[in-house]
Amino acid sequence: MKTIYEESVPGRATLGIVLKDDPAQPGCADMLPAQMLRGAAPRLPECAEIDVVRHFTGLAELNYSVDANFYPLGSCTMKYNPKCTEAVSQLPGFARLHPMLAQLKAGEKACQGALQVLCDTERFLCEITGMKGFTLQPMAGANGEFTGVSLIAAYHQAKGRSRRVMLIPDSAHGTNPASAAMAGFTAVTVESKDGMVDPEALKAAVAEHGDNLAGLMMTCPNTLGLMETRLKEIVQIIHSVDALLYYDGANMNAIMGKMRVGDVGFDVVHLNLHKTFATPHGGGGPGSGPVGVCEKLLPFLPAPRVERRADGSYGFMIDSGKSIGRIGPFYGSFGVILKACAYIVRLGAEGIKRASEYAVLNANYMRRKLEDVLQVPFDRICMHEFVASAPEGMRALDIAKGLLELGYHAPTIYFPLLVHECLMPEPTETESKQTLDAFCDAVRKVVEDGRKDPEALAQAPRNLPVTRLDETAAARHMILTEDMA
Amino acid sequence: MPYIPHSQAELEEMLATVGVKTLDDLFADISPDMRPKSFNLPEGMDEGAACAFFEDLAARNRTAMASFLGAGYYDHNVPKAVDALAGQSAFYTAYTPYQAECSQGTLQAIFEFQTAIARLMDLDFANASVYDGGSALFEASTMCVRQTKRSRVVVDEAVNPVWRSMLATYTANQPIEIVTVPQKNGTSDVDALKAAVDGQTACVIVQNPNFFGVVSDFTELFAHAKSQKALSVISVYPVMQAVLKTPGEMGADVAVGEGQSLGLPLSFGGPYLGLMACRKSFVRQMPGRLVGRTVDTQGRTGYVLTLQAREQHIRRAKATSNICSNQSLCALRALIYLSLVGPQGLRKVAERGMALARYASQMLLALPGVTLLNDRPFGNEFAVCLPKAAAPLVDALIERYGVVAGYPVGRHYQGMDNVLLVACTEKNTREQIDRLVESLGGLL
Repeated sequence: MKTIYEESVPGRATLGIVLKDDPAQPGCADMLPAQMLRGAAPRLPECAEIDVVRHFTGLAELNYSVDANFYPLGSCTMKYNPKCTEAVSQLPGFARLHPMLAQLKAGEKACQGALQVLCDTERFLCEITGMKGFTLQPMAGANGEFTGVSLIAAYHQAKGRSRRVMLIPDSAHGTNPASAAMAGFTAVTVESKDGMVDPEALKAAVAEHGDNLAGLMMTCPNTLGLMETRLKEIVQIIHSVDALLYYDGANMNAIMGKMRVGDVGFDVVHLNLHKTFATPHGGGGPGSGPVGVCEKLLPFLPAPRVERRADGSYGFMIDSGKSIGRIGPFYGSFGVILKACAYIVRLGAEGIKRASEYAVLNANYMRRKLEDVLQVPFDRICMHEFVASAPEGMRALDIAKGLLELGYHAPTIYFPLLVHECLMPEPTETESKQTLDAFCDAVRKVVEDGRKDPEALAQAPRNLPVTRLDETAAARHMILTEDMA
Repeated sequence: MPYIPHSQAELEEMLATVGVKTLDDLFADISPDMRPKSFNLPEGMDEGAACAFFEDLAARNRTAMASFLGAGYYDHNVPKAVDALAGQSAFYTAYTPYQAECSQGTLQAIFEFQTAIARLMDLDFANASVYDGGSALFEASTMCVRQTKRSRVVVDEAVNPVWRSMLATYTANQPIEIVTVPQKNGTSDVDALKAAVDGQTACVIVQNPNFFGVVSDFTELFAHAKSQKALSVISVYPVMQAVLKTPGEMGADVAVGEGQSLGLPLSFGGPYLGLMACRKSFVRQMPGRLVGRTVDTQGRTGYVLTLQAREQHIRRAKATSNICSNQSLCALRALIYLSLVGPQGLRKVAERGMALARYASQMLLALPGVTLLNDRPFGNEFAVCLPKAAAPLVDALIERYGVVAGYPVGRHYQGMDNVLLVACTEKNTREQIDRLVESLGGLL
């Protein structure tokens, strides 16, 4: 498809969309010294409104999306995004609100509805996770991870010690070690055993790093889709040296109403509202990654924090003086938080619990339906997702591309790295039995056809806007803008 | 249950396939003593009740006031086509475009966004965006630290204090030293900045217009930085970039900015859009996603996420950043906005705000005891000194007249309790300004 710049015609202006032309309006040259002005106008598209509408309607048609296709993408929780939560987020009473208004004394009174949304959301997330307090500031999951490990750093620093080692299981998401490094920690890998964190390996790590051990970052259920069966031991080992336990909430959709991470001993948790709480992924963002903490970490939470006062009004707490500072510019990705809040209000306790139950049911159903097609390494009940290897002699990548050709988004592939030619499907609770059956049939067909004609599978997908793209050439030639071409 | 499609018969059939009797049997790995101690969420609501609940909350926010609040976040008109086009569910319910063949819409849009931002900044390329203006400032700083292998970052105090406080939080546990050079009456102290930039400096960070609305030309400062082999970072307000001297023309190495003004609602603090552009030589140090143009097996043009070897899922602890998301949908909105207004439209938006700001400053200066904080050129925002503390006056104006006069800067700058920052956009009118001046005059 042509780019918007190729559609552009010099002099075709769409003035009037945002501003009626005013002949009396002074130009910038009348208002600023010449040396402060740019030499030439920026070469932005010059299009009529209809050109722009057709261009972006055309681009939308090139995309897969949850609204059009099943997206069994492991670790990403691509559940249906309810329309009513979108509508709520666009209410002008929220969308037009300036964040700094709330920082003025009289302005705080003008933002009571928005402040209540923040307060209610924090309260809901505390109840779902069993944590004592939340910050909604982190702007994505990885940003939440950084916040969480920074809180761990602050905890140890407040006790007058510098602990540098953060333990991370080999099955963890890549963001975990990257976030730990950003907060000044050395990421040390713990090898897992039969897909689980191994308490013996942990004990050895605790012995080795002793007074230098800050904490352990865990995903639970882990990235293989399995519940850690020796969690209590793990918690005990880490806490025995006053190190802290970090819970990566990527897989929270598996356990809501079944286990609260705060109850079982986790000290810090981040959630991904764009996964578990049904806010849309937006083609890669915006996300939101709130962080919850146990009692002893409350004073370190990012400032400012919102509270409900004795008189029923909402406002900001007095700063504890120990806060790690500001993670986001204000109170978080409010528009995203609002959608998650609306989702929780809509579902309530029973609906939230059901979401996890049906997510796990769907994953197990799919696991059973596919165990004679793919190689499923762990023959046991999985949680909301499971891992499988491509059949002998086949590549996960080819199966993924074959599925695209049949109209399905591919599962996550090549993650976790522990599993050979890994495919990781996560169906979520919002998909019907018919959808799962049809998807499993498609996997079967791709594998059978691929056996008969590997050449054809290696060419898939052949019916999409483009075939497989030359990624090596992209990295070599680095055409990142129209002008680098 | 809302959003769960299973019938009772299907539920039973699926449980049988899995080989368990009840849904709770699926959670046998969670022992009884690990089950929730409580789960006291409210009961669910039907769609109508849930929407009414939030409509009621929305009505408790006062958004109809005449407002001159800016301070880095501006209330501009957003063309309806932005909402309509970015609101297509093929964009907003899509995932990150890892599977390029079924994500060409998102990928091409990001490529076009990267082009628009690079051209606006007059630099070689831009990334697919980061979270917001503050995180962009941090990512730029660490990029310069990596590139120069130096650890000192010199920051102008006239850079937005919210973003500077984020920079402090993010670098707290990194071997990076932040040196803040005090502003003088709301102007950037270029001589002091030059003196602070030496052979140990990784980069110098300034903002244009600065937090106080002052417009500057930093060419000389950036030339000095270059002579010290330090890098230059400038944070800009993208709407004003339609007319202002560009980061490229001033010799900056990296340009960042808060992209909210390009078609995003204020939305009480987010989601926003971090802009980041730089010179080609830093491409392998750039954080975040990048989309590149390539060809498919049949030679057709297509787009992919590229240079992923910089990123956390490959490099883990050694990645250029832990960033995983970009603000894709926000970037799409900015691209659609820029496509709709075009270069002339963006210039008109900038000029209208500037003209109104000039009218507002003249009118305010006519009030007794009101002076400008400095005599420097400004864009669509300016700082005035009032004869008494600004914050209580702003509160009184909100309560009595429904006018938000601006932002009292005293909470961020010591000794500036009387200073008020006033912003105008094309949404403001002369009538609103007259009301502001009249009501403020009555309180002085």
